[in-house]
Amino acid sequence: MYVAVKGGEAAIANAHSLLADRRRGDRSVPALRLDQIVEQLALGVDRVMSEGSLYDRELAALAIVQARGDLIEAIFLVRAYRTTLPRFGYSKAIDTATMLVERRVSATYKDLPGGQLLGPTFDYTHRLLDPELAAGGDVAEPLQRETETQAMPRVSAILAREGLIEPDGEMPQDHVPGDITREPLEFPMARDIRLQALSRGDEGFLLALGYSTQRGYARNHPFVGEIRIGEVELELDVPELPFAVPLGTVRVTECQMVNQFKGSAKAPPQFTRGYGLVFGQSERKAMAMALCDRALRAAELGEDVVAAAQDEEFVISHSDNVQATGFVEHLKLPHYVDFQAELDLVRRMRAEYDARENPVKADDKREAAE
Amino acid sequence: MRGQEARDQAERKAAMATLAQSSGDDVVRLWNESGLPSEAELLRGPETGLVTVRGRIGGGGSPFNVGETTVTRATVRLPSGQVGHCYALGRDKQKARLAAIADALWQDPARRAEVETGLIAPLRSALATAHERRRAETAATKVDFFTMVRGED
Repeated sequence: MYVAVKGGEAAIANAHSLLADRRRGDRSVPALRLDQIVEQLALGVDRVMSEGSLYDRELAALAIVQARGDLIEAIFLVRAYRTTLPRFGYSKAIDTATMLVERRVSATYKDLPGGQLLGPTFDYTHRLLDPELAAGGDVAEPLQRETETQAMPRVSAILAREGLIEPDGEMPQDHVPGDITREPLEFPMARDIRLQALSRGDEGFLLALGYSTQRGYARNHPFVGEIRIGEVELELDVPELPFAVPLGTVRVTECQMVNQFKGSAKAPPQFTRGYGLVFGQSERKAMAMALCDRALRAAELGEDVVAAAQDEEFVISHSDNVQATGFVEHLKLPHYVDFQAELDLVRRMRAEYDARENPVKADDKREAAE
Repeated sequence: MRGQEARDQAERKAAMATLAQSSGDDVVRLWNESGLPSEAELLRGPETGLVTVRGRIGGGGSPFNVGETTVTRATVRLPSGQVGHCYALGRDKQKARLAAIADALWQDPARRAEVETGLIAPLRSALATAHERRRAETAATKVDFFTMVRGED
């Protein structure tokens, strides 16, 4: 017999108004404005944009405040919002070589055209909490220095001149870039689709997998060829104009990972590459993405698939934190009927087990019960 | 003639790029100061939608989809007949409408100079100043390596 149960409407409504109250917190503390979040929690905003897969700072800030700072909940909100908008098309591919660079470092070359630009980095800070920040004092304007007009080619282009590194990564001539927002995931998948999934993948998950490759699970000897952060121009081909229409600029982080490779039956000894490209200033994520991209190319490069980070279906199927949180969190929703069925089953199995293992005691129990 | 047409297109595109990159507040303020006319028939929008951003594998290889961005577009027709378009990142509908009118006015040879001097030039100069400042701030974080001489000679 199946009995449907209704109820809880009032409890749900009251829970939501309690949530609104707790979200606002102590009314004597000023409410956060979105521009404060955009300006002062910028990297949290960037993470929501990158994993929410929607570049819009104000929307990400709104999602963060609505989610009370729970970034995965905020990412969920952004993903849900973007399904409500019509699609205008696919941009022309951005050119990171023409980026207005705000940070650019290479761990493989000390002296490279354009130089090493540290930018606004946490690197080399002492990771000591700053009581002055708590006191809310004024912050000095940053120093400026005369700029050079030297071009800043990607490090991969410099390495390519020696012929010891593989090219950027070409798909077959007639290949149309796949889009995981339009077509379901299918394995094995092409590298372009994998990169799209990785770019919106969970930072923590990809970080752990990237770390696992460094610790020896599919070791691939990585070097940071280059990390660059900055703004690139975006253009869109539209039928009503005879030229690509300029849309403005987006900030992205690009990581070129360079990996030593001793060669295989499929490819000669050379440096191979992993690539990371994400929205906003998200260096850790871009590096983790590049490590995973390289590990996932195992089959293409003729390497043995021996570790989790090389298993495409495992990595890509579990990298999306909206899907992951949906499936994990659904466990807390009512499963009363499921559980009743399980309870009956376990009772019966336990009775059979007891009868088999300990017939006398089971008899005693039965008698006592009777 | 073809050269002139190509130059016109490049200039029109540059004006659209300036409008797209500028903040809505700046566009509205300069619009009011310049006294440009804002009467126009809306043919489409302003409406907000998504554009999927593409990158290239390895930086210069085959394209792949990175993620989406909000874009607001508008199309207008002036009383004099010119049709103007705007596509700009974000969700600022007022800016999209004004930028589309600016694009339409720009195509009117009698109005072009007015749009360029009253609106585009000041926006462009503000953007250039901001970019130069950002470049100079980044340049101050450039690493100067010193060679430590060890031993003799």
